[in-house]
Amino acid sequence: MADFNQELDARGLNCPLPILRAKKALNGLASGEVLRILTTDPGSVKDFEAFAQQTGNELLESSEAAGEFHFLLKKS
Amino acid sequence: MTDKKLAIIATKGTLDWAYPPFILASTAAALGYQTTVFFTFYGLQLLKKKLDLKVSPLGNPGMPMPMGMNKWFPVIGTTIPGMEGMMTSMMKQKIKAKGVASIQELRDLCVEADVRLIGCQMTIDLFDMKREDFIDEIELGGAATFFEFAGDANVTLFI
Repeated sequence: MADFNQELDARGLNCPLPILRAKKALNGLASGEVLRILTTDPGSVKDFEAFAQQTGNELLESSEAAGEFHFLLKKS
Repeated sequence: MTDKKLAIIATKGTLDWAYPPFILASTAAALGYQTTVFFTFYGLQLLKKKLDLKVSPLGNPGMPMPMGMNKWFPVIGTTIPGMEGMMTSMMKQKIKAKGVASIQELRDLCVEADVRLIGCQMTIDLFDMKREDFIDEIELGGAATFFEFAGDANVTLFI
């Protein structure tokens, strides 16, 4: 698993909270640092792709395991 | 980052219709949009210090009812006193159980993300509302104020 600087547990939260919490967490990171996000909302898979594309933060990884979704976002 | 702009007009004052403007405004702000929401008529309920939003099953055949109630419950049943309160508390329980944000939470996130919230001055005068009924973070304005930012917005929504 890739390294990350901070982890955000957004499990149990529904749209748009995982994105909003992630944005907030990214604000506290320096450019190039990586945020790991855990969610259970299936809609978050497409949403994090769309978030990365529109904000310029890079989605390094998007995976699923046991009904949970994991993302690695690198701050631009 | 984008330098896009989003303009929303929020006209409805029920718990269910409070979601689209606040969800879209907070998300747009997170995506870097400069976002402004203009609240007019019943939409002003969404800016009250003390939020007391309800959902009504009346005249809303699309509303899912628990236990298949809409199958056997006559439409006139939705006018029974207390029905609105019951549906509202059931909706709030569902919102909590499904991890959906409360309106209060989404509104706080909008304020935090510098979403501009504008209350319609005319509506306030029309309904004898008071400035102090509303949260401090709003501005007041009129139709021309709306066009000041909507005029060059990339996305404009009427909700």
